[in-house]
Amino acid sequence: MSTPLVSMENVDKNFGTFTAVRNLNLTIDKGEFVAIMGTSGCGKTTTLRMLAGLEQPSAGTIRIAGKLMNDVRPHERDTPMVWQSLALFPFLNARENVEFGLKMRNQPADLRRKKALDWLDRLGVAEFAERNVETLSGGQKQRVALARSLVTEPQLLLLDEPLSALDAHLVIRMQSVLTKLQRELGITFVYVTHSQSEAFAMADRVIIMSNGEIAQTGLPRDIYREPANRFVAEFVGRNNIISGDVRKVTGKKIEIVSPTGTFKLNAGGGTSAGVVPAVGESVAFVIAADLVEITRTRPKADNVVECSLISEEFIGAMVTLFLETEDGTEFKVQLQERELATLDHNGGGSFYLGWQAASAHLLPNEAV
Amino acid sequence: MRSSSFLSGILRGYTVLMFAFVFAPIAFSVIFSFNSARFPTIPLESFTLHWYQTIWADPDVWEALRNSVIVSLCTSVLATALGFATAYTDYRYNFRFKSAYLALVLLPPTIPLIIMALAMLAWFSKIGASGELWSIIIAHTVLAAPFAMAITRLRLNQMDKDLESAAWNLGASEWRAMREVIIPFCKPALISAAFLTAAVSFDEFAIAWFVSGLNKTVPVLILEIVQGNIDPQVNAIGTLVFMVSITLVVAAQVFFSLRQSKSST
Repeated sequence: MSTPLVSMENVDKNFGTFTAVRNLNLTIDKGEFVAIMGTSGCGKTTTLRMLAGLEQPSAGTIRIAGKLMNDVRPHERDTPMVWQSLALFPFLNARENVEFGLKMRNQPADLRRKKALDWLDRLGVAEFAERNVETLSGGQKQRVALARSLVTEPQLLLLDEPLSALDAHLVIRMQSVLTKLQRELGITFVYVTHSQSEAFAMADRVIIMSNGEIAQTGLPRDIYREPANRFVAEFVGRNNIISGDVRKVTGKKIEIVSPTGTFKLNAGGGTSAGVVPAVGESVAFVIAADLVEITRTRPKADNVVECSLISEEFIGAMVTLFLETEDGTEFKVQLQERELATLDHNGGGSFYLGWQAASAHLLPNEAV
Repeated sequence: MRSSSFLSGILRGYTVLMFAFVFAPIAFSVIFSFNSARFPTIPLESFTLHWYQTIWADPDVWEALRNSVIVSLCTSVLATALGFATAYTDYRYNFRFKSAYLALVLLPPTIPLIIMALAMLAWFSKIGASGELWSIIIAHTVLAAPFAMAITRLRLNQMDKDLESAAWNLGASEWRAMREVIIPFCKPALISAAFLTAAVSFDEFAIAWFVSGLNKTVPVLILEIVQGNIDPQVNAIGTLVFMVSITLVVAAQVFFSLRQSKSST
């Protein structure tokens, strides 16, 4: 087995009495595109800054390419970063900005110039090479910043919410630029973001952080469909979370009783790692809003609840309906906008929500 | 609508009068420096360059001018360097008693000059440094550095917090980042501060008078001439001093506003 490019072992980072990162264990392989996602203050940016050497871990070890990095100064590392603020040097033009890293490595001027122009060209902004960076548009600045970080051909590129200042349509464009570059160059990307769509669209592996700890790490699909705990289930996607007691276990099929009703699901699949709860145990399960079917007549599904409509949220092609059962439990259902027409959703009365046992996902280790 | 234009007319007139009030004495000094009469009286007599010829021929004036130029150049360099270092310390580091540190740093211009001058004299006499040119330079640096610090600090506050880290991240050591990023970013403020501190030193009288001894600067020479008799030479010297100061201040202002417009785009 080859050594991972990045390995963090039992890393803590404290600022005074505040713990920003706690007992972090993380390995990243060469060529991986990893996204670290979480709300602000979850420790994701601190983790990135520790990789860049801008923060030193309070405890634990950080290795890059096998070398212990704890006390290596930022300028002695080869871990360029793309900043949320971009941090382009305003007194230099686009080309000089890109040349900066090469200049610091004392490369000759003509070579620097050639490499800088190559990279600006590769990112489609060669025509702005001699322009003052302050006069460029957001998207152009973004590309210059990217060229500046990549010109030294690093093994590892750190990206701190690089797209958060861009317009929505530019974000999509830059996402494809980034993924394409990453595949072509084979560089490891560590991408910090609070945006689920950015993380899921680009990353090979997603790490969710909460309160300085890793809440879950896995493929985007696994995180989406099989959240490891309540935090991830609430943070990612649109999930309905139902708590109850296990009433019956038959092999991997279990039945859960809750105030809303009795529900069937399969335990032990995916990320729950074969854990099957015992009868009487308190557990919780997740049913994703897009896996719930909504009908006017009682469907033939493993699980059915009866609800009334509270409100709806319209996001382009998708619509989320908010419903409530008689005992006050809230349900979310996500469906295509065009499916709405067949539902007569403005007509009042009750609706039936149905889902198969296999669609629900048991939250492991979730004592309520 | 009408009342507001009436009001703005009054305010405009008021502003003009204020400027007239402030600049009238200087204007008269300039006018009388070209007047042939020995005493400043109206009506004016004939136009003359006589007083300028006199000061041109006076070795004392040249000596004083040389002293003033040396003192203000050295003060400008030292005060700007010191002001920059202090502003950077404030920008970069957090430490206990930082607000006390800043208050102390900004204190010198608030001390009455005469007190400062006496204190300087007492101190320099004690250490046997009184009457030297460099003792004026030290005293002026103390006086002018806070201005340089204030200007540089304004500029540093406009800097993206990530800029310096970005330089380190791209392989610049701390000193290299200082040279390649911090100083270039602060350049307009540093030039502006250099001009302003030069002007502060060039004009300063009280400290120079107490500390200078035989090494008179221009303002000290002016007082000595005036003490002897009323001599229109003073008007001529005054006009030249005013020209130098206003040039320095305008230059400082130009660099200051240049950077304002640049950072606002």
